[in-house]
Amino acid sequence: MTTTLSRREVIAAGFGAVMLPSTLSAQPAQKPAELKIGVTTFLSGPASVFGVPSRKACEMLIDQLNAAGGIAGIPVRPIFVDEGPGTDHLVGEIRRLVQSEGVHVLFQSISSGSCLACTPLSRELQKVNLLWDCGTQRIFEENRWEYAFRTQGYGTSEVLAPLLYLLKKKPDFRTVAVLNQDYAWGRDSWELWKTAMDALKPGVRVVAEMFPRFGSTDFSTEITRLLALRPDVILSTSWGGELVTFIRQATERRLHERSMFVLPVAEASMQILGRSMPEGHIIGTRGDHWNNHPAPKDPAAFNAFINAYRQRFNEYPIYPCHHMAQAVWALKAGLEKAVAAKGGAWPSDLELANAFRGLTFPTPTSTITLREDGQGLEDQIVGLSSFNDRFPFAVPKEMMLFPGEQVSAPVGQKSTDWLKTLQPSMIQSAGRSI
Amino acid sequence: MRKIEPLLAILLAGAMIAAAIAAPWLRFVLTIALAKGIAVMGILLLLRAGQVSFGHALYIAFGAYTVAFLAPRFGDAMILLPLAAVGAGALGLVIGLFVTRYRQIFFGMLNLAMSMVFYSLLEKLYAITKGSDGIRVEIMPVAGQALDRITYEWTIFGIALGLAFVLGLLLRLYLASPMGEALAGIKTRETRLEFMGVPARGVLLSAYVMSAVLGGIGGALIAMTSRHVTPLLAYWTSSGELVFIAILGGAGGVLGPFLGAAGYELVRVYAAASFADAWQMILGAVLLLVILFAPGGLWGMAARAIGGRGR
Amino acid sequence: MAEWFQDNGLLLGLALLDGLSSAGLIFLVAVGLNLVFGVLRIVNVAHGSLYAIGAYAAASIGIFLAGLGLPDWASIPTLILSAALVGAILGPLIERFLLRRIYAQEEVVQLLVTFALFMILEDVQKLVWGVQPIHHETAMKWLGTIDVPFGADFIPFTNYQLFVLPGFAIITLVGLAWFLRRTLTGRVIVAVTTDREAATAMGIDAAKIFLLTFTFGAMLAALGGALSSPTAALVPGIGAQTIVLSFAVVATAGLGQIEGAALTSLMMGLGRSVAVYFEPELEVVVPYIIMVLVLLVRPQGLFGVTETRRV
Repeated sequence: MTTTLSRREVIAAGFGAVMLPSTLSAQPAQKPAELKIGVTTFLSGPASVFGVPSRKACEMLIDQLNAAGGIAGIPVRPIFVDEGPGTDHLVGEIRRLVQSEGVHVLFQSISSGSCLACTPLSRELQKVNLLWDCGTQRIFEENRWEYAFRTQGYGTSEVLAPLLYLLKKKPDFRTVAVLNQDYAWGRDSWELWKTAMDALKPGVRVVAEMFPRFGSTDFSTEITRLLALRPDVILSTSWGGELVTFIRQATERRLHERSMFVLPVAEASMQILGRSMPEGHIIGTRGDHWNNHPAPKDPAAFNAFINAYRQRFNEYPIYPCHHMAQAVWALKAGLEKAVAAKGGAWPSDLELANAFRGLTFPTPTSTITLREDGQGLEDQIVGLSSFNDRFPFAVPKEMMLFPGEQVSAPVGQKSTDWLKTLQPSMIQSAGRSI
Repeated sequence: MRKIEPLLAILLAGAMIAAAIAAPWLRFVLTIALAKGIAVMGILLLLRAGQVSFGHALYIAFGAYTVAFLAPRFGDAMILLPLAAVGAGALGLVIGLFVTRYRQIFFGMLNLAMSMVFYSLLEKLYAITKGSDGIRVEIMPVAGQALDRITYEWTIFGIALGLAFVLGLLLRLYLASPMGEALAGIKTRETRLEFMGVPARGVLLSAYVMSAVLGGIGGALIAMTSRHVTPLLAYWTSSGELVFIAILGGAGGVLGPFLGAAGYELVRVYAAASFADAWQMILGAVLLLVILFAPGGLWGMAARAIGGRGR
Repeated sequence: MAEWFQDNGLLLGLALLDGLSSAGLIFLVAVGLNLVFGVLRIVNVAHGSLYAIGAYAAASIGIFLAGLGLPDWASIPTLILSAALVGAILGPLIERFLLRRIYAQEEVVQLLVTFALFMILEDVQKLVWGVQPIHHETAMKWLGTIDVPFGADFIPFTNYQLFVLPGFAIITLVGLAWFLRRTLTGRVIVAVTTDREAATAMGIDAAKIFLLTFTFGAMLAALGGALSSPTAALVPGIGAQTIVLSFAVVATAGLGQIEGAALTSLMMGLGRSVAVYFEPELEVVVPYIIMVLVLLVRPQGLFGVTETRRV
């Protein structure tokens, strides 16, 4: 916990802000003594199952970076903010981070709602804003942002890849039911799935659409209904405790023998489910960073990250850890590019933002390119749940990789419009086995 | 104490303005605090009658969503504020006709139920409300003037401060009027009121509608300040927060809600900043300490510090 | 109508089975809250925290004992013992050191003390058990499933869900009714619930009864949590969602009414599961609709008694 401030320091910082005008982005950029990044993530509430591991990953990576001399010669200091208390609290916290703490870069957020609220704010405050985990497609499709970049994939590719995989593996399904959490991601991901499915395989019947309250702890009734309906496929983009509860209650009652599950966000729950996860169902990880990736681009770096995380926290990293890492690597690549472009001088906020546009940065598994509109192109790997000797939890087999560009809507097009134009021939051409 | 209350109010306002000038971020926090303070005056009104509404976040959310929905159409703060106030008042009248038949826990729980139904609707009607994503509110003109961000934020701060003064004054007059005195009668012995020919339900209903209006105004100001509304505004913990502020501030004078709101918001942001994963615990501990060791709240502490006699 | 039943009768039967088990769980939590409210006249918001802590404790004690090689059948007594342990430790602690200080204070203050406690305990859970979902399902697995015929098809239900949850609810209901009506301590509790002043005037040791009732209520909350732990994954925030539903049950049932709580839980459990089958989007508001409808007809709750109006 090297980064937590003492209470006194914070109060001092608050008074500092009272006494001194805060640093404004308009002032000529001077090389700071440290690079402060404001990180918003869930530290309370149900989504802290993502937030806390991602903070651990962030702290670990920054410790490693600082031990190696920091970024562009200066140490990095993260300041964490809890998304848990809600958006109206968070927009205040973003202002505090920029206006009082004087952060240089924002890393935000897990919740799509947070991203939608804070991205416009980052433009008003003129701070570089790396969207490190939220998936909503609306951000870059409804607006253009000078300061915001998403260093990972997004809802469209994360839903389309599992759908394509399903169409390849089980092309004859006729009925589908959905059980998603009742909030933006649950609703949006279903809309994306439905649109793409109607284009790629017209005529599939939707037998049940269920959106139980966010944070539900019991799905017995929903499971009974699904058992009675016997759909061929059950889609659930749920995560966290809800996915764990659903899988456990469903497998106990052998729902997995009647229907095939498609779980695009399953990876983060596999360690908790352990052997309770049934085999042979489609699982995704919102990217390509499976712990058993058969052919990462840089195996040494990939294993180093996983092993360091395991050693320090006694568990495997889950996908939010990888997403956090991607943001850190993107920051390193972007800042170094901006400094190099100025011949070693420190870039202004706008110059820093411009360095991210079109940036391609390496990840241990592949590379990610930040498109012209700010959206990152991240490859997607989907597979069937299976067990092997290496891991005490389910990992995918028969994996297929879908390159980010193939499963993302082109710049300037809305996902739902683009998905409508998909042709059934795409099922054959998309993706490759790895 | 009652005599120097206006003086204290001016002092508090001065301190707020000074803080808002010095730190742009505090300007945001304090505008929210003023907005919540206005809403909490409504809680105070009901507390005077001995009734605790555990669902007043409903009116805050209603005011906030009114602004969010109507901003694209009637994009002017000077039109939206009255609209939110009238809308919340109308909603308060409809719900009030029902809930003012009840007292004590039933009153509290029915209000809670109403706010939870509204919360569920905001989440469920995804096509209209964008669900838990919420709706963003753009910077809007004020009285026909298009403003840049800094001026806009100052303007809303000014409006909130002005409204706090005017509404606080009106509330003071109301509480001192026979209607206000009758409210206190509901708390002690309601039957006596009716023997005197005062319709208790009517008294409570008018106070309820006023509290709804105050909630709507507070909600509209919150929407104009945070410029993003989500269903969480109507969740039961937000209602709990309002009662929390009322007690933290002290139920004595109309200044209490503002002391409470400013104290609450400052503790919250500093707790969140220094202990990102234990801020709830700190807020809870502060509340406990205030209740156990400073029964009159912040207002009571101020009163003791100044005159020792309270009201 | 008849046609509708022909088409959906079987589904309605399934909904009935699902509704029973969810009603059982709702009842266990709500009845504790109702009992505590009846005697102490405090709406205990922290009841939800006790539920969550009961669940977490049962899961971690279960995991610990399973590690020591405890046989599977013992997991069910373990659930009950864990709940009793949580209630027996936290109940007296909270009552003695916190609630006892505020019995003389206003209702709203008492409510807020438990709200503050709730906030503190939310963070305590996080510090003790972390944020990753915890589960321990031995009890559910050990009991296996039963195939319920459904037309030509069959539907597997877990025996745990179908028998254990409603079974515990029925045992609790019958046991409580017997205890309150037939034992001296029980009758004293009823006396305090009906008329506190008269009961204390007659020399009943209120302090002892308060301690006893609160501890027992805490055990019931923890039992609800413990019984939910074999089927649900435990994550931060489960307490907040449980308590708000229990509030609705208590207000609908009538204060301190055990049978009322049972009937209300049954209506809400069935109402919700029927909604999932036929109109899933309505599920979340069903409990509140039931509450409002009941209170419209019976303002004191289903089994509530009209208090004498005092002059």
